[in-house]
Amino acid sequence: MNDLSGGFTDPPAQSANAFRAILDAMARPGRIVTLDGLGRGPAPISAAAATVLLTLADRTTKLHLASSHDHVPLRDWIAFHLGAPLVAAEEASFALGSWAALAPLDRFAIGTPEYPDRAATLLVDGHDFDAEPVKLCGPGIRDTAELALPEREAFHRNHARFPLGWDAIFCGGDRLAALPRSTEIA
Amino acid sequence: MSSENAQEFRRAALGLLARAPAARLAELLDALPAHELLRAPEIGTVMLRGRAGGTGAAFNLGEMTVTRASIRLDSGAVGHGYVQGRDRTHALRAALIDAMGQDDPAGVEQRILAPLRAEEAARRAETARDAAKTRVEFFTLVRGEDE
Repeated sequence: MNDLSGGFTDPPAQSANAFRAILDAMARPGRIVTLDGLGRGPAPISAAAATVLLTLADRTTKLHLASSHDHVPLRDWIAFHLGAPLVAAEEASFALGSWAALAPLDRFAIGTPEYPDRAATLLVDGHDFDAEPVKLCGPGIRDTAELALPEREAFHRNHARFPLGWDAIFCGGDRLAALPRSTEIA
Repeated sequence: MSSENAQEFRRAALGLLARAPAARLAELLDALPAHELLRAPEIGTVMLRGRAGGTGAAFNLGEMTVTRASIRLDSGAVGHGYVQGRDRTHALRAALIDAMGQDDPAGVEQRILAPLRAEEAARRAETARDAAKTRVEFFTLVRGEDE
């Protein structure tokens, strides 16, 4: 039996709260936000990543599932709750997967000089927030902030081509944090 | 029941449930069975499209208000209900009966669908009878011009 449960029970309030939380995380890189009013999806998607998708993705959002998350129950769940078209990595505006499965990262759109907003947002699921933190600075950070990253080099290279580049949202359990391309890895 | 028959049964049942008056549905399914809401009843619109003209190009006739709901019974059966209008309980009952019909087609057919089908046939016959009163039959007397 497929499992379609876990959508928002009160979509207006829950999606507004979740949107605010994602906005906070994006505006303050390094801040770890704990979501309440969570959506849930079939394994392996975390509650935080499911909530981000329920909030940000719809029928017009091109979504790429990396191999770690490309399973039939999750595809069914996405078809039922979001209706988002599943596409190849090159076309995606959102990509969902574990950090290892998302590689190689040069597949994802980084925008164009005229339209830097046409870049992908990576949803890095199953993130370990308790790993060794890295120092961050840049817009939205007063002095420095700290966040555990799966690796350093990829984010360093991504920032180097600012204003182009992808953005990342890290999800694990009911927590999320974000690292926009504007953030510098100290 | 083969999967094709089962699909045809569901399709017919969902049409019947959508066309039935909400109040009548409430009488036939008074107590709602235990269920989990996959998609709480929500109101929206769907574009009605038809084919107009000789080329068969799609034509947007207009939008219709629709309420839909999706539920799962404790047995695991998933039911969907789409009904015209803004009646949330109507959509919810349609979804519940759709799911119940997957578990026990014969019982649902007997308790709910058969009465609805009979009433719908009666409604249609009555409309046809009313319309028949206004029918005008034309006939032509032989005028003898053709000879």
